[in-house]
Amino acid sequence: MKIGVLALQGDFDAHRRRLEQLGAEVTLVKKPEQLDAMDGLVIPGGESGTFLKLLGDEGFAKLKQFVTEKPAFGTCAGCILLAKEVENPPQVGLGALDIRVRRNAYGRQLESSIREGVFNHKPIEMVFIRAPKIVHVGEGIEVLGTEGTDPVLVRKGKTMAGTFHPEMSDDKAVHQYFLDLVAGQR
Amino acid sequence: MSLNNGNSSPRLKVGLAEMLKGGVIMDVVNVEQAQIAEKAGAVAVMALERVPAQIRAEGGVARMASPVMIRKIMETVSIPVMAKCRIGHFVEAQILEQLGVDYIDESEVLTPADEAHHVDKHLFKVPFVCGARNLGEALRRISEGAAMIRTKGEAGTGDVVHAVKHMRQIMKDIRELTSMREDELYTRAKDLQAPYDLVRMVAKEGKLPVPNFSAGGIATAADAALVMQLGAEAVFVGSGIFMNSSSELASTDEATRRAKAIVMAATHFNDPKVLLEVSADVPGAMKGLSVAGLPESQLLQTRGW
Repeated sequence: MKIGVLALQGDFDAHRRRLEQLGAEVTLVKKPEQLDAMDGLVIPGGESGTFLKLLGDEGFAKLKQFVTEKPAFGTCAGCILLAKEVENPPQVGLGALDIRVRRNAYGRQLESSIREGVFNHKPIEMVFIRAPKIVHVGEGIEVLGTEGTDPVLVRKGKTMAGTFHPEMSDDKAVHQYFLDLVAGQR
Repeated sequence: MSLNNGNSSPRLKVGLAEMLKGGVIMDVVNVEQAQIAEKAGAVAVMALERVPAQIRAEGGVARMASPVMIRKIMETVSIPVMAKCRIGHFVEAQILEQLGVDYIDESEVLTPADEAHHVDKHLFKVPFVCGARNLGEALRRISEGAAMIRTKGEAGTGDVVHAVKHMRQIMKDIRELTSMREDELYTRAKDLQAPYDLVRMVAKEGKLPVPNFSAGGIATAADAALVMQLGAEAVFVGSGIFMNSSSELASTDEATRRAKAIVMAATHFNDPKVLLEVSADVPGAMKGLSVAGLPESQLLQTRGW
């Protein structure tokens, strides 16, 4: 199974390590044409606005096509990129998931936190860093993870997005779930 | 439910640095420059009163920037905002934390406030970045609580030579450690003037326990790619974007083009085709000062202990 990690900027290496621990063959994707060979894609944390600048129009179009056809999982900035609507400030999204995401919704770095949430009915550690919030969930979106009353990990079909950083915790369950999804077992 | 406790804070501090990897952090002195930086794709801005080239040219005591100016920049951009405090000036750091900046740079670019001690960075919730010229210095800063290390280089010169020197030195020091016997690490720790536990950790992992960025004299896309190929995980660019010389500002158009080129270079640092394209897009670079021609007394990198 070939998994790409979008490696324009951000914590792509942490995702690479985690996916390799789980047995995936990982490619760091910097060029749009590299997407053609991938079975699935992880969009890491980082600065979503910077991702957009580095993608350019061509890269954005190619990525948009990929996420409509193939499995994708975005964390934090990746979640923002996959959303249909982005606020604070408004920003273009790939529209793969019918969610509205508010950037820096908790505040600045001093409000970053490690919390216990629930994923797939089990407690799990969640690392939030200058994290966004999913403030609106559209029709047909399944909530896989919650923190308090907030949806923090969502899925529709083959697309997943989370506002926290499972790549920064020891628990491998979220990445395993995505790999199962790519393998057609979810 | 919050799990925040004494152990979670270092992970959150290093975590933000992880998010900045592969990116460019740009020095800015006002709202307009911060907007140019964000539009060009900077992952963060460093809010300063004057860029290092101006500090070097104008002299005087360089201190923490005005909180009013920093706050205006925080209100303007959505990317993280960093600010500098003087070496050892823990009250400037307390003020910056209270202001809510996302990272503090305890920086040799400002005039040191203490000739022997750095800030005890463990006492803060806000993360710190510190400069280093070699592994010993990097590990001393990490033991004090720094969550990110950057090379010092020679700030404000536009001459990349010492950013290269310091990155090579740190990487060489790390490689040496990885080939040593366990019992040799004790003496090496003594030589490096660094805590043994950290020395042992680096020997085992082959890398610093926190992200390792580069700063100090990076002026062009090629400079950024050079330090990245040498092992830097992200770059800080200061005077090189907004200055033509130590006194003359670059035009908005020039600064924008330079900033965009450096952002592209930090991502595609291993791709000469992209580096050629982005380099051809930029009209010129900061005139700069050759570090080799600077008297010892004017070096900023020797500040810090």
